[in-house]
Amino acid sequence: MTKVRSGLDRRDFLQTSALGAFAAVTGIVAAPAVLRAQGASVKLGVLHPVSGALSYSGQQGRLGATIAIEEINAAGGIKALGGAKFEPMLGDAQSTPDGGNAEVEKMNAAGVSSIIGGYASSICLAASQTAARYDLPYLVDVGVADSIVTRGLKNTFRFGPGFGVIAKTALDNLVTINDQAGKPAKSVMIVHEDSLFGSGLAKLLNAQLPGRGFEVLETIAHPTPTRDFNNVVLKIKARDPDLVIPADYYNEYVLLARTMQQQRVRPKGIYSVLGGAASSYKFVKEFPEAAQYIMDCNHWFDPRNAKALALKKKVEDKGQFYTYEVFMNYSCVLLLADAIERAASADRAKIIAALESSTFAGHLMPYGPTKFVNGQNQGAAPVNTQVLGNDIQVIFPATFASAKPVFPMPRA
Amino acid sequence: MLSPVILIPAVLNGLLIGAVYALVALGLTLIYGVLHIINFAHGALLTAAMFAAFFVHRLLGLDPYLAAVLLTPLFFVFGYGLQRFIIAPAAHGEDRNILLVTLGLAVIIENGLLYAFRADTRTINLDYAFRVIDLGIVFLAVPRVVAFGVVIVVALILWFVMSRTDTGRAIRAVAKEKLGAELSGIDVAHIYAVTFGLGTACLAIAACLLIPTYYVNPQAGNAFVLIAFTIVVLGGMGSVAGALLGGLFVGVVESLSGLYLGESLGQLGIFVMFILVLLFRPNGLFGERI
Repeated sequence: MTKVRSGLDRRDFLQTSALGAFAAVTGIVAAPAVLRAQGASVKLGVLHPVSGALSYSGQQGRLGATIAIEEINAAGGIKALGGAKFEPMLGDAQSTPDGGNAEVEKMNAAGVSSIIGGYASSICLAASQTAARYDLPYLVDVGVADSIVTRGLKNTFRFGPGFGVIAKTALDNLVTINDQAGKPAKSVMIVHEDSLFGSGLAKLLNAQLPGRGFEVLETIAHPTPTRDFNNVVLKIKARDPDLVIPADYYNEYVLLARTMQQQRVRPKGIYSVLGGAASSYKFVKEFPEAAQYIMDCNHWFDPRNAKALALKKKVEDKGQFYTYEVFMNYSCVLLLADAIERAASADRAKIIAALESSTFAGHLMPYGPTKFVNGQNQGAAPVNTQVLGNDIQVIFPATFASAKPVFPMPRA
Repeated sequence: MLSPVILIPAVLNGLLIGAVYALVALGLTLIYGVLHIINFAHGALLTAAMFAAFFVHRLLGLDPYLAAVLLTPLFFVFGYGLQRFIIAPAAHGEDRNILLVTLGLAVIIENGLLYAFRADTRTINLDYAFRVIDLGIVFLAVPRVVAFGVVIVVALILWFVMSRTDTGRAIRAVAKEKLGAELSGIDVAHIYAVTFGLGTACLAIAACLLIPTYYVNPQAGNAFVLIAFTIVVLGGMGSVAGALLGGLFVGVVESLSGLYLGESLGQLGIFVMFILVLLFRPNGLFGERI
């Protein structure tokens, strides 16, 4: 297998005229008109855990990516490649790192130009490493573990914020919210899932919270999936912390919140960092009582961005929920399309170079222009939200907050 | 940490969960008691029953508790057919073979389910799934209380069938002395199949009781069967009362060890107990001395 491959397979190569093929392979697109006539396409690997424990999030991510691909194709494809259309190759990581690896191998063999997605930190870590062996550009959609971009892999880029930034923002904002309310919260309990994401976050919180005036009473780990939170909630009831900080994926988060509601456990606040469900419209719609007043520090679209609101409407018209996986993946596809446009090539090395120099600002997030340093987008930052009524409001940063935080939770 | 505020709810929750464990163990112990085989397909059959309950709800909109009325006879017939037409003919009367046949069945059923429904974890949302009964100091989840009640009723019916009906007497006769039973005119092959059917029917009920609060994927049943084996060993192989009490006991042990050792290690207590029973009372608490 050649180390660097063009985005064209043998059939495309033979079909394309000699001039066009030469131009595409060498990256000198001299005759876009010729290519357009031939209907070339750019293969794009779209990798998500669409089955298994993370299937909901994976399907949402796939939804966002495919909408973006359809829109780009409908608007005339990649102009610099003569209107070449994106040809998505959908992969299922089956909610495991091994599943992700297997799909990357398949996608590489099929000759994709680049891969986006992964969703879970553990899947992103494994899949991007496998992709690195083929110098295959890998754009992480969500996976937040800091180690994803600190391994020195040239091919791996992350559009969204990493753990470090998220945790710092979350803690700063938590202190501010608590101070503004007259410091009612002093003690904390952390409930986390026991894979990379939850354990990493719990460790970080345990290190950081005491220095900021919070006592961590207990840290409870549980596996994903877990279908019974009675014991966990009983422990919370017994220790009676002021704040509960859950770090879970969607299903477990919902179950924990509902079990707390069921067992009438109401701390002064539920504050999550990347809460799997806390800023999900699905959760708010299906279980409004359990979701009420939950605060979260998470990925969130820029509510001032017209494109973000248009996509929200489009997704809701499809009968789907506008969750962060959707707008993160949508933005990632746009970012990648911009890089391919500027690279004027589907060549892997050229796409990596174009991503490295990206200043893309046409995404949906409140990040400003994209700027990658060692693969991490520097402007990426999370937003604080709170479930108020039947909606999710932004409570921080103040520049585009739509509501003031309600803390402590009113006792029902 | 030993405050009654959490200890009492944890024990009660354990009892309620234990009842469902007991039902799964009941099916297992019944089959063991008569056929003298360890049914390795038990877990896969439970998974199949959970899928059945899931799809009856998804496609026909039938409440899982009502689905039990439909699925229990269906799984009885299925279990009957499985023993009569597959396990017995394939085993040629050798216990070793039966072991392997049931193991093979487990592999086939599990992978069939994986092929048909993929690795997805599915749940159903019912509005009563999170209802609670307020007892003042504890809130008990309604589906768990229902499950507990149903299991007690099923155990009583099973006890009645075993001790008061002709079929029950025939089952016990076959279990005790196969040749003698055959000489007195009992159709042994039929009784074997009936017993297997009863064991499988228990699984259908257990599945319908589990699905409102649990999830189903092609491996879902295995977690219960490992526990069920522990219960059968604890209660004594082939003992109905042993299975019931063993199930409740294991439920409490799991709940308490989950509370004190953490969710990830919750099942540790069960297996420690399993080893202790094997070491010090190998016939189980209710088993007959050999």
